[in-house]
Amino acid sequence: MKTIDLAESSIRELNQALHDQAVECTEREWEVLNPKGQHNIACGLDQNLSVDIHGHAGYFCAGMNKKAHVVIHGNAGQGVAENMMSGTVRVKGDASQAAGATAHGGLLVIEGNAGARCGISMKGVDIVVKGSIGHMSCFMGQSGNLVVCGDAGDALGDSMYEVHIYVKGTVKSLGADCIEKEMRPEHIEELTELLNRAGLDEDPASFKRYGSARQLYNFKVDNAGAY
Amino acid sequence: MCGIVGLYLKNPELESRIGELFKPMLIAMTDRGPDSAGFAIYGDEVGEGWIKLTLRHPETDYDWEALATRLKTEQQLELSWFQNASVAVFKVRAEEAALREWLAEEAPDVLILSVGQSIEILKEVGLPEKIAETFSLERMKGSHIIGHTRMATESAVTMEGSHPFSTGMDLCLVHNGSLSNHNRLRDTLKREGISFETQNDSEVAAGYLTWRLQKGDSLKEALEHALEDLDGFFTFTIGTRDGFAVMRDPIACKPAVLAETDDYVAMASEYQALTTLPGIENARVWEPEPATFYVWERSSN
Repeated sequence: MKTIDLAESSIRELNQALHDQAVECTEREWEVLNPKGQHNIACGLDQNLSVDIHGHAGYFCAGMNKKAHVVIHGNAGQGVAENMMSGTVRVKGDASQAAGATAHGGLLVIEGNAGARCGISMKGVDIVVKGSIGHMSCFMGQSGNLVVCGDAGDALGDSMYEVHIYVKGTVKSLGADCIEKEMRPEHIEELTELLNRAGLDEDPASFKRYGSARQLYNFKVDNAGAY
Repeated sequence: MCGIVGLYLKNPELESRIGELFKPMLIAMTDRGPDSAGFAIYGDEVGEGWIKLTLRHPETDYDWEALATRLKTEQQLELSWFQNASVAVFKVRAEEAALREWLAEEAPDVLILSVGQSIEILKEVGLPEKIAETFSLERMKGSHIIGHTRMATESAVTMEGSHPFSTGMDLCLVHNGSLSNHNRLRDTLKREGISFETQNDSEVAAGYLTWRLQKGDSLKEALEHALEDLDGFFTFTIGTRDGFAVMRDPIACKPAVLAETDDYVAMASEYQALTTLPGIENARVWEPEPATFYVWERSSN
């Protein structure tokens, strides 16, 4: 295992060392010490690495992740795992706003709570939150799954497309064009698998499903007169 | 962008170290605001019937001694004073209104940065580190302190446009964000008798709170009203003689982190600014909720 102490090395040095593993992989296990809220830790990884960050991370931690497995043993700032392509990112504490924003793939697990706009414009990532999420989450979410074991804030799933949202607790309000939908056997199966992958012991039957009413997809010809 | 930071001590034993604890917090927010910086520190309180003013003159060699002498001889006022770089702190046994009037008449170039029993405001254009050095921040003592590093958006990069803003006795506010209804609100507040020194949106927020407090609101009530009446993006940190508050707008796109231990409450735009505080590893660290305010007051401790 290789250890990089951010009290001694810069973020650029850390990220360069991790990027070099995409060319030739010499070390699979990495440990990052003293993150102290710095931004852009372990961004742009492109190799099957395991990275443990011990402490709180700043903005965009594990952004653009591909293949790597990143664990933040603390809280994460804005935009954790934003634009992730594959791999996993696990936050042991809370995450700030825009967690998993625009992410295309992989699994993001937040063991605490996530702030506002969790999964905004998500494009295929699976996000599992053990706690609650803030307002405007899954805004314009296109595909993937968002699982929330706690509560959801205002305007959940506003203007969303085809994300499957599962919430166990209460939803403060639904956004435009987001509705509650029936939990069919295939959804129970999907949710069971997501909870298993996230390592959470929750009863899938206690969740409700939300999705798009698909009323905002196309231009309504009745509105043509407005132009 | 801007960075804001605040530190409110629950443990009085740390009061002699507040400047030393706060200096790295302010400097850590340089990336968010390199244009100007400032802070308001609460401590060294004056007695009943006395007021404390932080004064500034554009000329660095201004004769503060002469001003003090005139107040003593012409106005028969008891006072003591000291200079700290470009500002002077005057402690005067006087009424606020009468003293303001005299200063406006007799020393019109003297700018009043703060008036109160406890507050001192120190701010300048330049990098936060330079400003901390200029005012010897690390040697300061006090019970609470709030600071700001500015990246200007709504008004010019000048000392006057630097935060913190104080518009009433011991009240002070730092702001990250931008208000969209400040012009109209400024006009309304002017009619209510609140005066403004700049075109800055954050000064309007400070003026609004001063107005609500003058109307008899508690700090909590004033903040409840502010959530209704202020439009725009904001994370505020607010200081009063005995209190410390943090508030975010309903959209909550301007960042904020709070940390609390048995010894202190600390606020910053980013967690990076909190990492040098003692015991931060075991502090309760959380993001304040949208459309919510958090208040700590000495009387309630």
